[in-house]
Formats: sequence, structure tokens, C-alpha cells
Amino acid sequence: MFEPYMLDAWIVATLVALAAGCAGYFVVLRGAGFAAHALPMAAFPGAALAGLLGIARFYGLAVFALGGVAGLAWLKRAQRPDAATALVLVAMLGLGALFLSLSGQYSNAVYALLFGQILGVGAADLPPAFGIGIGVPVVLLLCFRPLTYSALVPDLAATRGLSGAGLDLLFLGLLAVTSAVALPIAGALLVFTLMVGPAAAARNLVRAPLPALGVSIILALLIAWAALALAYLTGLPSGFFVGTLSAAAYLAARLTRRLSP
Amino acid sequence: MTPALNVEGISVALGGREVLRDVGFSLAPGAFCGLIGANGSGKTTLLRTILGFTAPSAGRVTLGGAVGYVPQKLQLDPDMPIRARDFVELGLNGHRFGFPFPSRARRARVEELLSAVDAKTFADQRIGELSGGQQQRVLIAHALIREPKLLLLDEPLANLDLRAAAEIIALLKRVAAQGVAVLISAHDMNPLLRAMDRIVYLANGRAASGKTQDVVRTEVLSALYGYHIDVIRVHERILVVAGEHGAHGHEHVAAIP
Repeated sequence: MFEPYMLDAWIVATLVALAAGCAGYFVVLRGAGFAAHALPMAAFPGAALAGLLGIARFYGLAVFALGGVAGLAWLKRAQRPDAATALVLVAMLGLGALFLSLSGQYSNAVYALLFGQILGVGAADLPPAFGIGIGVPVVLLLCFRPLTYSALVPDLAATRGLSGAGLDLLFLGLLAVTSAVALPIAGALLVFTLMVGPAAAARNLVRAPLPALGVSIILALLIAWAALALAYLTGLPSGFFVGTLSAAAYLAARLTRRLSP
Repeated sequence: MTPALNVEGISVALGGREVLRDVGFSLAPGAFCGLIGANGSGKTTLLRTILGFTAPSAGRVTLGGAVGYVPQKLQLDPDMPIRARDFVELGLNGHRFGFPFPSRARRARVEELLSAVDAKTFADQRIGELSGGQQQRVLIAHALIREPKLLLLDEPLANLDLRAAAEIIALLKRVAAQGVAVLISAHDMNPLLRAMDRIVYLANGRAASGKTQDVVRTEVLSALYGYHIDVIRVHERILVVAGEHGAHGHEHVAAIP
């Protein structure tokens, strides 16, 4: 599984895990689980449309994911009920199905995009992966304290001049580009687990913020590497392993905390 | 001496309704003042106006220095990986962008505040797992770390048992003794009676303020409410009771907390 043609997959998995482990910490801290689930769904038709138009997959995904951020912000401001948001998401899923069937690569592509197929990663995926693998952790660390403060006590943060809405938009933007790069690996339906699983496990293992972030990143790396190896060995989709390993890590962490004095 | 807080004739309208009308009072450094009124009397609106969240339609608020604010309750997931000491530190640098490098000077300052509020024994616990009284202590340390001249507390005693409430009042009394003006909102003045030297009583959107014994009197409160009020003292407790004659001559008696 360490053949030269697998090198790109290992690099991309590592970079995606760095970004997802870091972004996931804030997803859990800021209670943005719904957005983390919604953005990859919104991005999904972007990949399909990019295939139809013959452009790089990442651009389609990123444009649709950022569109998803704008949509979420708008729905929140318009105080739309959850039902409207859920319907928009399902419509996006349907739109993706339409684009895929138009491009004539229906079943295989649907399978890879919804459930993840890291073995299909190629050299074209490297630049965006490097972009988020380094960029997302750096930006999130620079905003570490304001993102934490405004998530914990928005009122107090506002007395110090922090705008909750502005930080939300910045964070969701980072989440969108992370989703766009991670989607082909973990799948639109499962990428959420790579963000939330390690972070939720980490906060059960350690109490302090920076160590929790570190543990979240390490768990995300371990999960991504294990999922890649298992996908290679079994031929099953990597998303399946990302999802189950994330859930297992969370359960194990909860159990550890329950059993420790 | 410049006052720590000067509120001059402020009026605030929310959604077309006038919540506060011509409210004015002033707090000297070291004052311990209760902001008393029933639910919906405008206590929170007054605090939000002092903090600058709500703009008054008339009047103005002048501050003598930094303001520390203690919200009513933390709504936190008990799993949140934030210890009490991390929360106190956020009061110092939570608004700053940049890599969160640890600093020895900052840690020492946090330690100092933790011992000032007697929070050292639970400083390393997750803040979401602390009791209401412990969280109040942490919130107070968080507010004091910037050395404010004025400390605002929104119903700090609301969810506490009697003992925890007494401990928080004693702590705030110590804070006031160091020259910080303390303004505490509460719907029941009784737990604060011994501690407070000033009162701002809100009713009908208007305020009466001054020394407690000058304000909590039948004439003053009757004028404020616009109908007859009895102030009854029982065993060092004060009951404020409205005796109102309805249209049919029945007497309605309601205790106003």
C-alpha cells in the first residue's frame, strides 16, 4: 500500500486530517455540527457539475460549499425553520444526482462522492489539499481565542468588540473549503464524521483547550491513515472506515472518561 | 472624586414600548448597590444600556473606567474542554487574535484572581461541570481580571442556594472594599440588605435611587408605582406589598418581590 501511485493518497489524507481535526475542534466547540453536515451536502452537486463541465473537481466543490455558507447565513438571518434548510439540502443532493446522470458517469461517481473513495485521489488534488492542510490550521490558530470566547459567552465577547456574526462567517468559510477538499476522500455523507468524531473524542480525554485541539488533530490523522490502509486492503470505500473509526474513537473516549476516577 | 458610573436621565424604548423613562443615578468608587425590581421592570435593559449594547433614546451614561460584566448564567456543554482557569484567562485576552502562546506573567495573574475569588480548588475542572456558585466565582474572576472600576452583575443570586448566595455577597463586598463600584441586579432585595449601601429601585420604567432606608419607604415606592404600597419590615426582612382597590371594591393584595 506504499507503492508510488499511492503516495498522493497518503499526502492528501494527511493534509485533510490536519485541517479536519482542527476545524472539527471548533465545530464541536461552537455547536456547528449542523453546518458541518450541511456544507458537504451543498458542495456535492459542485463536484458533479465540475465533471460535466470538464473542470477540476475542487473548484466546483469550493464554489458550491461557499454558496452553502451564504445560503446558511441567509436562512439564519431570515429565521427560516429547519424544515426549509433541510429541504434545500435534499434539493442540492437531487441536483447533484441530475448533474451526475447528465455526465453519464452515474453509479461509480455517485458512489465515490457520497461515500468517499480515497484511492481515486490524484496529483490534481494535491494543491488544494496543501492549501487547506496548512492554511486552515494556521488561520484557526490565529483566531483561536476569539473563536473560543465568542462561542462560550457571546455577550461577554461582544463587550470586547468581537462580532459573533463575523466570526461565524469566517469559520463557516474555512469549514466550506475544508469540506470541499475532504469530500472526495470521506464522502459527502460521511466527511462530517472526520470532523466531529476526533474532536468529540478529544474533549472527553483532556480538559484544556489547546491540548484538546492537539488530541483532536492526532486522532483525525490516525483515523485517516487507518481508513486509507483499510480501504486499500479491503477495496471497501474509505468513507465507511472514516465513519466507523470516528464513532469508535468517540465511544472509546467516553468510556475512558467514565471509567477514570 | 469622579463617579465610577453616572447615568443621566436615560430613556430606552424597545420595539416601540418605553422600557425606561428618565432614569438617573450615580455610583461612587466602592459603592455596593442593588438594582432591584420585579421581572420585566427593566433591570436587564438598564444593564445592557450601561454596557453599550442598547442605545438610549435620551440621556447618557458616563463610565469612570473599564466595566466588568457577569452574565446571569453560563449555558455550557459540560464536556467543553475549558477549565475554570482558561475561562478566567479569556477575560484578559479572549478578544485578541494571534497564536495563543502561553505566558508565565499571564498565568500568574490568573492564579492571583483565582485565589481572590477562592476558586483555586476547582481551577482545573471543566467549567461546565462546576456548580452554579462555583461558576459565579469564575465569572467574577473573569470580569475582575481587567481591573474594572465598575462591576455589573445580572441576577447573580438567582440560581444559588442560601449559603452559596451569602458567599458570593461576601466576596462582592470584598471587591467593593477595594474601590470597585458593584451594581447587582436582583428581584429580591432581602439577601442584599445587609451588604448594600445604595439601591436603585425600578418600577414602571422609572427609578428611585439613594440609600436603602431612604428609598424603600411607603411614600417613595407608592410614588414610583403610582398606587399605594406598604413597606413592611419583619425580622430584618422587607416586604413590599401593593394594596390596590379594584373597580368592584375588592382589595387585591399582591406581594411585589
